Amino acid sequence: MISDWTLWLEWFIKSLVLIFALLGGFAYLTWYERRALARIQTRIGPNRAGPFGLLQPIADAIKLVFKEELTPAKAFKFVFFLAPILTVVPSIIIAAVIPWGRSINVFGREINLYLADINVGVLYFMSIASIAVFGIVLAGWSSNSKYAMLGGLRSTAQMISYELSLGISLIPVILLSNSMRMIDIVEEQGALWYVVIQPVGALIFWIATLAEVNRAPFDMPEAEQELTAGYHSEYSGMKFALFFMAEYQKMIVICAVMAVFFFGGYLGPGVDQYPLLGPVYMFLKIFVLLFAMIWVRATWPRLRYDRLMEFGWKVLVPLSLAIVFITATGILLAEQTKNELWMWAIPAVSVVVGLIPVVAIFRALRRLSYGRA
Amino acid sequence: MGVLDPLVELLRGLWITLKSMGEKPVTFQYPEEKRSVRPRFRGRHVLKRYDNGLEKCIGCSLCAAACPADAIFVEAAENTDEKRFSPGERYASTYEINMLRCIYCGFCEDACPTEAIILGDNYELSFFDRRSAIYTKESLLEPVPASAMLTPQKVEAGEFPRSVPEMEDPRK
Repeated sequence: MISDWTLWLEWFIKSLVLIFALLGGFAYLTWYERRALARIQTRIGPNRAGPFGLLQPIADAIKLVFKEELTPAKAFKFVFFLAPILTVVPSIIIAAVIPWGRSINVFGREINLYLADINVGVLYFMSIASIAVFGIVLAGWSSNSKYAMLGGLRSTAQMISYELSLGISLIPVILLSNSMRMIDIVEEQGALWYVVIQPVGALIFWIATLAEVNRAPFDMPEAEQELTAGYHSEYSGMKFALFFMAEYQKMIVICAVMAVFFFGGYLGPGVDQYPLLGPVYMFLKIFVLLFAMIWVRATWPRLRYDRLMEFGWKVLVPLSLAIVFITATGILLAEQTKNELWMWAIPAVSVVVGLIPVVAIFRALRRLSYGRA
Repeated sequence: MGVLDPLVELLRGLWITLKSMGEKPVTFQYPEEKRSVRPRFRGRHVLKRYDNGLEKCIGCSLCAAACPADAIFVEAAENTDEKRFSPGERYASTYEINMLRCIYCGFCEDACPTEAIILGDNYELSFFDRRSAIYTKESLLEPVPASAMLTPQKVEAGEFPRSVPEMEDPRK
């Protein structure tokens, strides 16, 4: 049993730092997104509150805290109250398994730069990620409003569909690293990032995470033109802020997970000598991946709902299953023939297989355009 | 149309948005940096004066009659040579425009026989209560360069008998 009180203290401090980092990250991610989106649209973005608008998140927070909170008269009050909490808590605790670095020496004490080192980190990530859908569907249902209900239902269907390909696209990574521990997965990428061996897997994971956090072009649950604000139509004030917070924290966390699985996590030049560089590399990778999310949002239009479902079930799920098969075969061949070159067949074959749905989509689109003409 | 076109088009879209990041923002930093209005812009009304400082408005109320929103209220009073506000017999002793009603159509401008009311270029109209939405003659009247030109003026008898000035024939 753990009797060392300093260990408890260490965990406590680390959790506190992590939570505050996520909260601060959430606040400044909104600023980052607004500025980046504005630049893409040749605007400036928020630049009034403080230098470069850096105090904008604080102003927003103050506004949201002091806003009146409305509860619809016929809402299921308890669930209505519970839903934002159910959404925001998974988005925070999911960050517990993310490794931010190796270990550093503080006052003669080894401090590991991760909160929880569990041997089924990938499973933990998957299971917590799927809890978030409860908050959304309960919010939609308890609001007693059509728009919220439709938004919540869409969200549930979408998240369940894409979670499947999300999970399957992680299996090749587990096969390659031979472990479900996040730290093992990172350390295995010392020579080569998994994105090189698993380009299609990384792409599927990326698309599925976009759908999982309800970001454009998969922001179906909150499609303004159709559903006003989707599942959080009836929420205001701090409760709305919690949904907002959950969405952005999930973005951060999922980019961190993406960095861990495919982009070498905290690894980078010089991290062996200076372990403190680990979090810096993580931060940089998350920063770049978040930019990709914002970039995609600024570029691509939202998918129609039936096409979203078709894409999830008819393209992503079979494709990710094929990638699992290809990876397993490649690893087996490399082991049996003792020839590492077989590993290189994995990216080559998976890219070829990945082109099959592209061709299929092209043919489907051509058929549609003939039908119109 | 090639087989890879769906993919190429998606990437092309990404390239276009990335490229637009390098462009100069089109934003005007409004309170500090103001954009000049168009020549025919219709903003807040201005009551014009002649070069000698006399008001052009003769209190005829044609603007009030022309106003489709019924935003203008004019009350006229008699001019004397001792206290002369405008040429001719009468001047506007009260001139009020309710800016909450005004639709900036410019009909008042067209109706005015002396070209006294002009829709200017000021669009920064803000107020905190309905009372201050009513702009009075003092706030609408054009400022004068010298205090000697302020109305009412003391003028010699018979100097300004006509209320409508002789205007140039536009056909010439």
